[in-house]
Parts: sequence; structure tokens; C-alpha cells
Amino acid sequence: MSAPPVVFDSVYKKFKRGELYDSLRDLIPAMTRRLLQPRHPEALERREFWALNDVSFEVKQGEALGVVGANGAGKSTVLKLLSGIMRPTMGAVRMRGRLSALIEVGAGFHTDLTGRENIFLNGTILGMTRAEIARKFDAIVDFAGMKDFIDTPVKRYSSGMFARLGFAVAAHVDPDILVVDEVLSVGDYVFQQKCQERMEEVIRSGATVIFVSHNLRAVADLCPRSLLMERGKIAAIGPSEEVLRAYMQRAQGQRVVDPEAPVALTRITVRDAERERLDFRSGEQAFIDVEVRARVRVERIAVVLDLHDESHYSVFNTSSERLGTPPATLDPGDTLHCTFALDLHLGAGAFNVGLYLHRYDAQKQYDHWFPAATMLVTPDRDIRGAVSLYPTVQRYDVVRAGAGLNPVPATT
Amino acid sequence: MIATLRELVRRRDLLYMLALRDIRVRYKQSVMGFLWAILMPGLIVAAGILVRYGFAVSGRTVVTASEMLAVSVKSIPWAFLVGAIRFSSNSLINNTSLVTKIYMPREIFPLAATLAQITDLLVALTLLAVLLVVFHVGASWELLWVIPILLIFVLLVAGWGILLAAASLFFRDVKYIVEVFLTFAIFFTPVFYDSSLFPHYGHWLLLNPVAPLLQGLSATVVYHRAPELPWVAYSTVWALVTCIGGLALFKRLEPYFAESI
Repeated sequence: MSAPPVVFDSVYKKFKRGELYDSLRDLIPAMTRRLLQPRHPEALERREFWALNDVSFEVKQGEALGVVGANGAGKSTVLKLLSGIMRPTMGAVRMRGRLSALIEVGAGFHTDLTGRENIFLNGTILGMTRAEIARKFDAIVDFAGMKDFIDTPVKRYSSGMFARLGFAVAAHVDPDILVVDEVLSVGDYVFQQKCQERMEEVIRSGATVIFVSHNLRAVADLCPRSLLMERGKIAAIGPSEEVLRAYMQRAQGQRVVDPEAPVALTRITVRDAERERLDFRSGEQAFIDVEVRARVRVERIAVVLDLHDESHYSVFNTSSERLGTPPATLDPGDTLHCTFALDLHLGAGAFNVGLYLHRYDAQKQYDHWFPAATMLVTPDRDIRGAVSLYPTVQRYDVVRAGAGLNPVPATT
Repeated sequence: MIATLRELVRRRDLLYMLALRDIRVRYKQSVMGFLWAILMPGLIVAAGILVRYGFAVSGRTVVTASEMLAVSVKSIPWAFLVGAIRFSSNSLINNTSLVTKIYMPREIFPLAATLAQITDLLVALTLLAVLLVVFHVGASWELLWVIPILLIFVLLVAGWGILLAAASLFFRDVKYIVEVFLTFAIFFTPVFYDSSLFPHYGHWLLLNPVAPLLQGLSATVVYHRAPELPWVAYSTVWALVTCIGGLALFKRLEPYFAESI
């Protein structure tokens, strides 16, 4: 058994807030200080902080690891250490094999050059040879879908075309280790689909993949195992479903309830009949438990439930009152428990659950919590869009010309 | 050092493409296009001849055709030096998005900038060769010295380019110092004149490692004399030290590039 292709061995990375010394005036004192004092890499100086603090993990051959976490949790730093752009302050990063990083697609593009020239430029930047690019050139152009514009300078491209060409080049590097950072969000729906398929292909080909994304659904789909970063540390690592649920629970935990609020949403749980869940299949039943606490007396409270898709379109909205449940009046210290049952006739995607406390007759909103939870829905058939209408094909007959009811008369 | 060179050889296609990018971009959307590669050194040569002529007039001496040609022979490598050092010392800053986003051996950026200038140098040298033939300068075995001298010259310039690229990444001050230096260095380098013009201080001028190389070029090409070998050896040591030392320092600083740029 050979060593795993990616190993992080108690890695620390230190960064500095604010400006580095930018001119000689700041440099000379810093240099003398550095010469006079012994260096302590483990000690933090003024304005310094740990971007990564004792991070250790391994990725096995052919494994796809998802990396999730809030902004500033240290995901990008992990990627930069992986790709060799930076070196850790302490600890070791060990890599085996050719690495390709889809970190910023089109980073190497020069706007004055044509698409063709940029394919070669960007391809060599990503580590391909010119012969290799020449061989894959047609496939790249085809993937990007821009045969007609290949000899146009890329400064005339739309931003979507730019990103598509960038991804197309990057997708044709055959790496042993692929590092992907939030690039599946470029292009239109069809192109995104294509990118995801390409990633699946890379994973199937036996490459090791590290995938950083805020698109939790894509992480759940592509990566069996995930890693959750939080303030420079590993908060959780394990099966994606568990890690993603932990991530969402933490996101909820970060909500600060205004202590002055008269009444507040205090807990929201998404579950099936037995246990807390994140992943659902279309048509399954989900329960959403809502807990509300009152600080002072509030009258005629109703709970509003809202479901948004990833593009923040509201796909569904209802409330306890509109469903015929009389609003509740709470005295100080009272707790209201409300459970919604939903049949998830939804299409593929991540759906964010939002909850609101309303008083309908006074048109007053007491509290809102969005996103309070997320549900990842996988449909049972190949459909696109926010909902599943459980389509089947009822008729698919070809009526042949000449044999059909109204044959087209042959022209003489 | 060996590993560094091996990686450079492996990524030679990238070096080529980056140099090609620099060349293409320089002449895109300009009416004159590639003619600029000829015109720029041409202007420097013209300025040099004018200055040399001015010296002669004010000193009431006669300027010979050979002296004019010697000025041309020295001006063209000088134009290369100015361009290569200017572009390579800015090469990392101008490629910030690549330096911070994608891994590659970063010395490729100053080297590609130098390589792009070498193509301009070659174009200008070809034209110079035509000029020399037209003026019946003639040929001799001494001409073979041109190749090693130019190689040492390029090595010296590349070494400085690598050093200055790293230095200006950390301190933008370097960028301005380089500009001032490039503007005034021509007064202290025997380009438009010869170090023999100053009988007492001439050898001090040759301490500038560029000077023996430029004078060596004019000596071999125009006067068919061997260059002053001890001085050429002196420049060679400079070239090797800047190149190897520059690259070693560059590689030591490289891990800090992405977070310091």
C-alpha cells in the first residue's frame, strides 16, 4: 500500500492583518528585530493570526473529498497550500502525482489575445505541453461551444463565454490530483451540468479530487467524504451527509437571538418520521419542527414557512394560520412547538428553509430566520427545475411519411 | 539548483508561451506592429550617433565611420538591457493573478520577459548585420567572439532581471529605483563613447560589468581586435554570480510571493 496522494500533517499557517511593510522605512526595523531575536514560529506577533491551526487529514487514491465552511474558515488557504502556491508556517503538506487546480478559471487569459492563443497560453500555465494542447484543441473548443469565436480576442467575449473557455481548458488537464474551488457556478444551466459530468468523469477515471464549494448539493453528489473547516481548524470530517448536517447546525448555532425581542424562533429541525435528515428523495415526507419562545406576552402569533431554491427564488410558502390553525397567544416564558409536514414533490437541488413569526391582523413580523435549514433533494428520475411533476412518457410513436394518415404527396 | 533547472526544462513550453504572449501583446492593436522592434533600437542608434557626432564637433576632432558603427554595435545590446530589465523587474507584479492563484516555477516570468526582449534583440542584430555589410566593415575570425560575449551579456541581464523581479515584488520602491537607474546608467556606461575617451578614469568605467562586454563587441565587430580577455572574464564572473545567486535567492523567497505581493 503506497502513501496516500495528499497528506496534511498538523499544518499551521500564519497570516498578518493589515498592510505588510511596504517600504524600506518599515523593513529595516523589522529586519533588525528578526536578526536580534530568535524566531518563534509558534508564537503570534502583533496583528498575526492563524489561518490554519493544526490541520491534519489525508485523501486516499481515487477519493473525492469535499471541503465546506463559512467564508474565512480557511478553505482557500488549504487549497493554496495544496497547490504549492504557499508553504505552511509549520507542519508538512505532502503530495504525490501531477496536480491540477481549478482555482480561478481563466486566470491566465490575456484579454488582447484570441481564444485560440489563450487556449495554448492557459493550457501551458496549467501544466500541459503544447503538443498535448494541440491534440486536445478540438475537444476543448467543442466543450466550450465557441467554434465561431475562437479567433476573436477574448476581451470581446461575454463574461460567460470567458468563464466557459477557461473551464474548458482546465477540464482537459488529466491530473492525478484535481483541486476544484467553486468553479461549477459559471455558465448557464446546461454548462454547469456539463461541468459536473466532467468532474464525475475525472473521479471515475481514478483521480483524487478535492472539491471546495458552497454548493452543498454538488458536494453531496460528488464527494462521499467531506471536511468542515471552522476558523482555521477542522470541525468535522467524515461521510458527507453527516458533515454537511453538522455544518448547517453550526450555521444555525451562530444565529444570535436579540435578547430584547418579545418573541423569537429558537430551534428549527428538519427530519423524517424517525431522525434528523439532510438528504431527501423526491416524494418523501419531511417534518419541520419549530420552537418559539416568548419573553413578553404576544398575541395571535402565526408561523410562516418559506422554501427557496439555490437561486433564491421562493418556490413554496405557507403559514400555520393560512392552513387553518388558529394563531397562538403566548405569555412570558411560554414555548410554542409547531411541526409542519411536507410532501417533498421537489426537483433536484438544495432548498433553503426560512421561518417567520407573524401577527396577521396587525401586519407585524416578530422574527425571521433564513436560511434556518437546508434540504438536499434527489429526484427519482432525470428532471430539471424546482419541482417534480413525476413525468412519464405516454406516447412516442413515429408516423412515417408515406405510411401515415396524411402522406405528403410526392413532388413531381 | 539542479531541481530548479530540471523543472524549468520540463515547463519550457510555458516559458515559450509566456514569451510569445509578451511579444504578441506588445504589437497587437498598433499600426506599426512588429516594425517597432526595429524602430526602437533604430532610434537609440540614431541618438547615439548624434551624441557621438556632438562630442566630435565640440572637441574639434574628426569622427570616423568606424566610430559611428561602434556606437551602433553597442547601442543595440544596450536597448535590449533596458527593455529586459524593465519588463522582467515588473514581470511578477504584472502577473499577480497567476502568482497568487496557480503554481508554476515563478522564475519563468522574468525569464519569459527577457526571452521576449531577446527576439527584439535578434531582429535588431540582423538589421545591424546588414548595415555592417553595407559599410564594408568586413569579416575576421575575431567575429566568433560575438557569440560568447552576447551569451554572457544575456546571462548577466537575466540574472539581474530575476533578482529585481523578486525585489520589486516585496518593495515597490525597487520599481522606481530601476527606472531612474535605467535612465541615467547610459551616462556611466561606455555606449555612446569609449572608455579610452577618459585616459585616467577609463578603467574605473570598466568595473561596470556591462562595459567590457559592450567594448568587446565593438572591438571584435568593428576593429577586428580580440576583446580584453581579463575584463571579459571579470564580466563572466559577474554574470555567473548574478545568475546563480539571483536564482538561489529567488527560490528561497518564492514561498512568500503569494502572501506578500
